[in-house]
Amino acid sequence: MSIHDFIDGQVKSNDVVVFMKGTPQFPMCGFSGQVAQVFALLGVDYKGINVLDSDEIRNGIKEYTSWPTIPQVFVKGEFIGGCDIVREMYQSGELQTLLEEKGVPVMGKATA
Amino acid sequence: MSTPVPPLPTDDAISQRLARVRAALAELSPSVLELEDESHRHEGHGGHRPGQLTHLRVRIVAQAFAGQNRLARHRLVNGLLADELARGLHALAIEAKAPGE
Repeated sequence: MSIHDFIDGQVKSNDVVVFMKGTPQFPMCGFSGQVAQVFALLGVDYKGINVLDSDEIRNGIKEYTSWPTIPQVFVKGEFIGGCDIVREMYQSGELQTLLEEKGVPVMGKATA
Repeated sequence: MSTPVPPLPTDDAISQRLARVRAALAELSPSVLELEDESHRHEGHGGHRPGQLTHLRVRIVAQAFAGQNRLARHRLVNGLLADELARGLHALAIEAKAPGE
């Protein structure tokens, strides 16, 4: 399986996927940590994929999205953006709306 | 007897990168362009290189962003800074707005 197919499969078979440095429990970078914090506050389950485990994935995801930095967030297969975008969308409430529209369970009551 | 002189701090490398970033983003004719070197906040973390500008925050206001969503705005900035990202600029935080936002 090519790396493109692996990434494609992951983002299409999980509601929310975050390509990040480190893991949801132990982010290894402040930007990945902010994304993890947003989803923790919202109570949204997501699949974290640690790009530090594999240069192939780390480079592959950048090619897949034509996006040069990590983290990268997908909802229902759609690329949403990186840390800044996710944080801004969370603060404005757009992220919560998007998740609800796409049918992703949001357990937390947190508001910005 | 003279003590060996340690290499000069690389302020030069930092100011040169800032100048290149400023020049690249001039393409968008920004009405506001603020660049903040946040590298020091990431000491000891991946991508940090002492004396180098590795972590940059860009605050930019430009007419070019009007009618563009966040992804498109970030792609525009990322694209103009692709050379820097390929040459050791490790992290790029972007706040991109159109005038009046």
